[in-house]
Amino acid sequence: MDVIQLIVSGLANGCVYGLIALGFVLIYKATEAVNFAQGDFMMLGAFVCLGFTNADYLGLSFWLAVPLSIIIMGAFGYLFNWGVLRHMFGQSQVSIVILTIAVGFILRFAAGTIWSHEPVSLETPFAGEYLNFGGLVMGIDEIAIIIVTVVLTIGLYFFFSGTKLGVAMQAASQNQLAAYYMGIPVKRVQSLVWGLSGAIAAVAGILFASKGAIEPASGLLGIKAFAAAAIGGFGSLPGALVGGLIVGLIEPLAARFAPDSLSGIARIAPYAILLAVLVVRPGGLFSQTQKKKV
Amino acid sequence: MRFVFKTSYDADIRWFKHGPQMFWYGLLLVFMLALPLYFVWDGNPYLLGEFTGVLIFSIATMGLMLLTGQTGLASLGHACFMAMGCYANIKLLESGVPWLISFPLAGLLAGFFGTLIVSPVLRLHGVYLALATLAMAIITGDVIDLTERWTGGVAGIAVPDISIFGYQINKYANPYAFYYVVLAVVIIVVAFYRNLLRTPLGRSFAAVRDSEVSAQAMGINLAKTKATSFFLSCTAAGLAGALFGHSAGYVTNETFDIVMSITLFLAIVVGGLGFIHGAFLGAIISGLIPVLIANGRTMLSTSFDINLNIPGLESAIFASIVIAFILFEPMGIYGRWLKIRTYFELFPFYRKDMFKRQKSYLKTERVQ
Repeated sequence: MDVIQLIVSGLANGCVYGLIALGFVLIYKATEAVNFAQGDFMMLGAFVCLGFTNADYLGLSFWLAVPLSIIIMGAFGYLFNWGVLRHMFGQSQVSIVILTIAVGFILRFAAGTIWSHEPVSLETPFAGEYLNFGGLVMGIDEIAIIIVTVVLTIGLYFFFSGTKLGVAMQAASQNQLAAYYMGIPVKRVQSLVWGLSGAIAAVAGILFASKGAIEPASGLLGIKAFAAAAIGGFGSLPGALVGGLIVGLIEPLAARFAPDSLSGIARIAPYAILLAVLVVRPGGLFSQTQKKKV
Repeated sequence: MRFVFKTSYDADIRWFKHGPQMFWYGLLLVFMLALPLYFVWDGNPYLLGEFTGVLIFSIATMGLMLLTGQTGLASLGHACFMAMGCYANIKLLESGVPWLISFPLAGLLAGFFGTLIVSPVLRLHGVYLALATLAMAIITGDVIDLTERWTGGVAGIAVPDISIFGYQINKYANPYAFYYVVLAVVIIVVAFYRNLLRTPLGRSFAAVRDSEVSAQAMGINLAKTKATSFFLSCTAAGLAGALFGHSAGYVTNETFDIVMSITLFLAIVVGGLGFIHGAFLGAIISGLIPVLIANGRTMLSTSFDINLNIPGLESAIFASIVIAFILFEPMGIYGRWLKIRTYFELFPFYRKDMFKRQKSYLKTERVQ
């Protein structure tokens, strides 16, 4: 029974990783850039919501704070692309990698200065409540995480393949010049993608903070989400979720079944799997890369 | 105004473009060789230790520069390869191998294993290399912890002294000799790097960086070239790691952490991507910033009574500097110097867009 309990809580964790991974797969899919600060966006979204909700700060209603923080983070993502990244249009990918890493440092510093470095928990209306399925105990927060993640992934999948804007985003990524010729405002589309990914980061952050505690260093969780995205195959939305679930499941199971002498194995397990996947199947499980013919 | 007339093909690949250039670099060499004399006279070798630290760091930044600046690949985990070099050196020394053999061997081992691990990823888009090396940087500490039997894990391990033909060199007992050892390694690495840039291999690095497609069209084997670049880069990082170990005297699982990897990367961006000078300037800046911040903090708290003891401030300041450089001076400090020099050399004919790079439009490599 306790193994099933572990699996359920692992699934909920994995969904959060999947959500963060979703955020940068989205950006990668639409702009070919990798946002190494996505984990910090998640952390910032959690802190914004926390600043609205918690009694120590503004003490607003949770249901008002959630849409507010999603909107704020969406605007943050949009403005970040509009104000900073757009000026780097046409520069190499390496510079964007460095830039987002640097932004992550600054966000962690800012969040620590504004909200303290102590781990805090988000005060949700459903905190501590749980359902009991014949011995299997599931917190409401865990159920919420799983449902929200699955709905978001499916929604985004159809958004990308079905809607006009989604197709425009794919086009902007596949060939910028050709997209311009087709009348797609590439820069605005890219800003919109960043906004969308900021909003998703806020959702991930809120879910994460309602389940456990959030601190500025939680932004480094994004690196686990990277592992998730790469395992799933960068650029694939369902792959991001599957990768997140794999990482989420491996951690508690490795901690449970590893012998005592190898207790550290749980910490390196996600990255070891990432390296293994990259070595064995470099494109990830849902590979989308192919070699360019010259 | 100086005119360099090229009268032979060799003029393109000469070590120095003209006489005065040779003079200035010669002067720099003499200065570096004579530097310890000042500290002998002064009697306080503390600052010399800082110099040595910057020189060691510059070996690592040169390694990363070869990979990122010359070949266009991003590695976020070079501290991991430094750790490989450091521990390999310690283990070899402990098993009785003389330093003159163990030290280069440690670098080669780091290069070999680093390339072995990442070689499957090198066939993919550069982002995957950044990811794989980031993962390596994160697990470095934990792997050292897990292999405690060899590495000492959390408790750490003492680094044996350097011994050259029976002459013992320790950073604390004999800082001057240690400085010269490091300087010799730096000079060898610089000579190798500078020489590499004028070989066909160095040119193919640049071709891969500028356009993988056209490099392939010129008959360059992408995977092989990238792997070679990675090998050389990791070897330099391994050498730097081995020297870093000697300099620290004691290494634990926290010595080569991810912050070090990322600092290395940020340093080469601030210094100037693609220039050997940039590697040194970046090493100097990243060594200087913590000192400046600490001094600024003390000054503020003693004379203005402002307490700026905020955690994460140092990395935030460093990160802001990097962002400012990427946005306003993508060529780094050395690029700015080049611009200023060109301005005066060409006065009054300097144009604002002389250093402007051509914009490239992105195309994906994925199929959808």
